[in-house]
Amino acid sequence: MKNGKFKFLPHTADIKFQAYGKNPEEVFENSALALKKILVEDKKIRKKIKKNIIAKGKDYESLLYNFLEEFLILFDSERFVLSEIKNINIQEDLKLKAEVLGDSAENYQINEHIKAITYNEMFVKQEKGRWIAQVIVDV
Amino acid sequence: MYKKRLKKVGKYQYELPIEKGMRVPGRIFVSEKMIIEEDSLKQVANVAHLPGILKYSIGLTDIHVGYGFPIGGVAAFDMDKGVISPGGVGYDINCSVRLLRTNLTKKDILKDQKKIVEALYRKIPSGLGRGSKFQITKKELDKLLEGGARYVVEKGYGLKEDYLHTEEGGFIGGADASKVSERAVKRGIGQLGTLGAGNHFLEVQYVDEIFDKKIAEAFGLKKDQVVIMIHCGSRGLGHQVASDYIKKMEEKYGFKDLPDRELINAPIKSQLGKDYFSAMACAANFAFANKQIITHWVREELRYLFPNVKIDVLYDVCHNIAKFEKHIINGKKKEVCVHRKGATRSFGPEREEIPEAYRKTGQPVLIPGTMGTASYVLVGTKKAEELTFGSTVHGAGRVMSRSRALKKLRGREIKKELNKKGIEVKAGSWKSLAEESPEVYKDIEEVVRVVDELGISKKVARLKPLAVVKG
Repeated sequence: MKNGKFKFLPHTADIKFQAYGKNPEEVFENSALALKKILVEDKKIRKKIKKNIIAKGKDYESLLYNFLEEFLILFDSERFVLSEIKNINIQEDLKLKAEVLGDSAENYQINEHIKAITYNEMFVKQEKGRWIAQVIVDV
Repeated sequence: MYKKRLKKVGKYQYELPIEKGMRVPGRIFVSEKMIIEEDSLKQVANVAHLPGILKYSIGLTDIHVGYGFPIGGVAAFDMDKGVISPGGVGYDINCSVRLLRTNLTKKDILKDQKKIVEALYRKIPSGLGRGSKFQITKKELDKLLEGGARYVVEKGYGLKEDYLHTEEGGFIGGADASKVSERAVKRGIGQLGTLGAGNHFLEVQYVDEIFDKKIAEAFGLKKDQVVIMIHCGSRGLGHQVASDYIKKMEEKYGFKDLPDRELINAPIKSQLGKDYFSAMACAANFAFANKQIITHWVREELRYLFPNVKIDVLYDVCHNIAKFEKHIINGKKKEVCVHRKGATRSFGPEREEIPEAYRKTGQPVLIPGTMGTASYVLVGTKKAEELTFGSTVHGAGRVMSRSRALKKLRGREIKKELNKKGIEVKAGSWKSLAEESPEVYKDIEEVVRVVDELGISKKVARLKPLAVVKG
């Protein structure tokens, strides 16, 4: 996929993806969209519910882990499925704030349940001027 | 190359010799024709780095790559010098299998397979789109986390015999709900009585073949008898407990000295080690309670269709768990902390942990097959206590990646294939059907043949599916 937002890579038991972006915010946003794709494929999700997400980390990896985990908690506890990230901001002290829009899972066919984000083979790095994140999720 | 370094030390037994950093060797139990991923052997070696590990780091016959520990991995740790690791249990704490036996035979239900599938699918949600009908307050949930299957039986969801015929009597002691985070509770509180997705399922099966008549009789199994298998775990609550404690342990101990970040651990007797155990026990109890609620609903639904049906619990085994158990180490019996990740306890006769009904035979070992293939009932052995800290396999072991499976297999075609074999199936999505198709797993027949010959569990009966409900 040329200039794609994310792509999926082969993995025996679980799901592995890489996300790309011009800056940390964009690579985080695209990682969240990869999670959404795992849950609902390419289905269009309405923007009926707004949620604010706050996450903290000690490095970009732990911040990404904590950020993505928020979506698992929102899904399991409130059946929230992401449609789009409206605003996302990462401060220098690795505090993330995001405003996200989505809908209740009850209105859609859900393909997959994600058990956990993992640190397995995870990285967030800058390479040749762009940011890349790699994540394996336990499904 | 780890594969090249494997040294044959017995039939179906290979040693992975000690290399730099390993405290003990690895021991892999496989046959020549099995495919073993290089990465899973590396994980066996990595586990051998952990402090206090005893004897060897084990890869069982169904070994495949996991996080930190391989799936099909077993390791025991010294209580004083050893560690407890969330990666040695897995994210799906107490992912487990319960087998119900009925007084029905295959003949009784052949005409009604479709009705049965519809009824069970309607009653027992996957918990993805639809929520559970089982509502509970936070205060009650705390009691459930500490009391497991026993607590829900006391609330009217089943019989005393149900939890007595469950590993640990239906609840793991030492559970402390105050060690479970609010976030974990939030994820799990609405998910009791749900199956979840992935490889979890509910299957109506029949006894296809008996291998050991005497033990089958002790287990209450007869040829053509209908049985029901429930495979699920601790849902979002367990996943969050794992995640929470991985983070806490990283914060406290760091992961720089570990060969793999996912092997993060804490000394067994440290505060954090004890806290993790208490929280893990809560998640395990959630899983026991979950299957108890599902059992109750299965009974309700089948009673509508078959008014004279009798259903009781044969047994219920953990596949992802850490336990304190007594084992013989260097000729002396002592307490150790056994991690079983994608492995089943396989205690032989006389162990006091086994319910009285099975103390003469050894414990029932339940091995789910994959959708459309056979499942097995085996019996635990003394040999397993000698060789594998009383452990055996938990399933067939995955060989094909999910993304490849999706490309190669189409859900609709799989359904057709299963229907042709006389199996009714209802799944949450076509995609989940394709992902869990029999083709993506190692051959269960070969896995079971090898563990039977090794003697770490012995074949009792083969079960074949008639109706499958998947998340």
